Amino acid sequence: MSIFEYNGSALVAMVGKNCFAIASDRRLGVQLQTIATDFQRIFKIHDKLFLGLSGLGSDAQTLHQRLVFRHKLYQLREERDMKPETFASLVSAMLYEKRFGPYFVQPVIAGLGEDDKPFICTMDSIGAKELAKDFVVAGTASESLYGACESMFKPDMDHEELFETISQALVSSIDRDCLSGWGGHVYIVTPTEVTERILKGRMD
Amino acid sequence: MSSEGMDGPKLGFSFDLYSRNDMLTKKGLKPPGYLKTGTTIVGLIFKDGVILGADTRATAGPIVADKNCEKIHYMAPNIYCCGAGTAADTEAVTDNISSQLKLHRYHTGRESRVVTALTLLKSHLFRYQGHVSAALVLGGVDVTGPHLHTIYPHGSTDTLPFATMGSGSLAAMAIFESEYREGLTRDEGVNLVTKAICSGIFNDLGSGSNVDICVIEKGKKEYLRNHLTPNPRTYISSKGYAFSKKTEVLLTKITPLKELVDVVQVGGDAMEE
Repeated sequence: MSIFEYNGSALVAMVGKNCFAIASDRRLGVQLQTIATDFQRIFKIHDKLFLGLSGLGSDAQTLHQRLVFRHKLYQLREERDMKPETFASLVSAMLYEKRFGPYFVQPVIAGLGEDDKPFICTMDSIGAKELAKDFVVAGTASESLYGACESMFKPDMDHEELFETISQALVSSIDRDCLSGWGGHVYIVTPTEVTERILKGRMD
Repeated sequence: MSSEGMDGPKLGFSFDLYSRNDMLTKKGLKPPGYLKTGTTIVGLIFKDGVILGADTRATAGPIVADKNCEKIHYMAPNIYCCGAGTAADTEAVTDNISSQLKLHRYHTGRESRVVTALTLLKSHLFRYQGHVSAALVLGGVDVTGPHLHTIYPHGSTDTLPFATMGSGSLAAMAIFESEYREGLTRDEGVNLVTKAICSGIFNDLGSGSNVDICVIEKGKKEYLRNHLTPNPRTYISSKGYAFSKKTEVLLTKITPLKELVDVVQVGGDAMEE
């Protein structure tokens, strides 16, 4: 079994018109046994920047703590929040530093940059950035998510339609993956508000 | 942990997690696969300079992770480098050497030479004995003329008039070997490079999507991103995807984002009371 399949995860982020959405599943398992059904995989870095971490749960939490530390230092020195592009470069550098003994995580970064332009990106476990203009996926359910997003995605959706699309893509992909599930956690971020919703899914 | 970020920049790789990962591998957990750039990358020297070409597919195992990634990396205003192999390695090594070249330019006050970039890259790759898996095609025009080199992951280099690397290199080399000649014009060169990359895109499973070209001549360069897009998405239905039933939501929490306060100066000096 691969190290990424130890805990199981599903993460997806999508771009809409002046907004973005980031969603994850809620299961935490130890191989095939479920030990938590409310595991937090998406973390807020600042009001307009969210980070999702799929892969090994302990590395995800450790990396999140280190990134919060670095971002707080940045805020103290620069007296402002980090731009999403800068944050993505920071994560990439931190992951590449451990090139020959990596963190077993695949991050998904989503944020509103300058002029509230949505920005999403994902990386492999050693920091190879993949910037996309439509959607990015990560986790054990990534193969199903690629297919679902590819067919369901439309450019320039408003936040209501974006929520519906990302939820349907997430839930349908999770249903086809044993290691992720127990509902979904979706964040829709527009320049004026952040909407956090918990989805009902199959409980198996 | 507490000294992180406070001591100033750390140099080189950190091997902190190496023993833990080794223990996990011994217990039977397979190490992860990395994003690779399957790839067809080519370069050729024409009458006035160098043309570099690359496809735009990035793979994670058998899955296409990125349909439009950039494989032609900037090294210096007159030098560009195509990369094949592990994506994180090609990006990191080209960024690193690009920074070193910039510092060198400030130090010497001169335009960078291609052989400088070549030596910096090959020494870095040799030092890591092939574990930094980056296969590069380096091309540029400097005061000594146009140059084209290939660099292998273990640090060996070749200097060639035309070169191909990556999983699609055989398909592209077949085109070059039959049609390359010395003294090509710019348009003939661009057409030949496009043909070679297309040969890689259509015949090699690790390469695909679009063709990127970079033309470097003395004093100027042209980066033609997505010069040719022979694989567009034509199957999208115009009416889109209609969901019959809405998603079931258990809980909704809306957090309005705080507005920044605008400080308005009413009149007079701000320091006056």
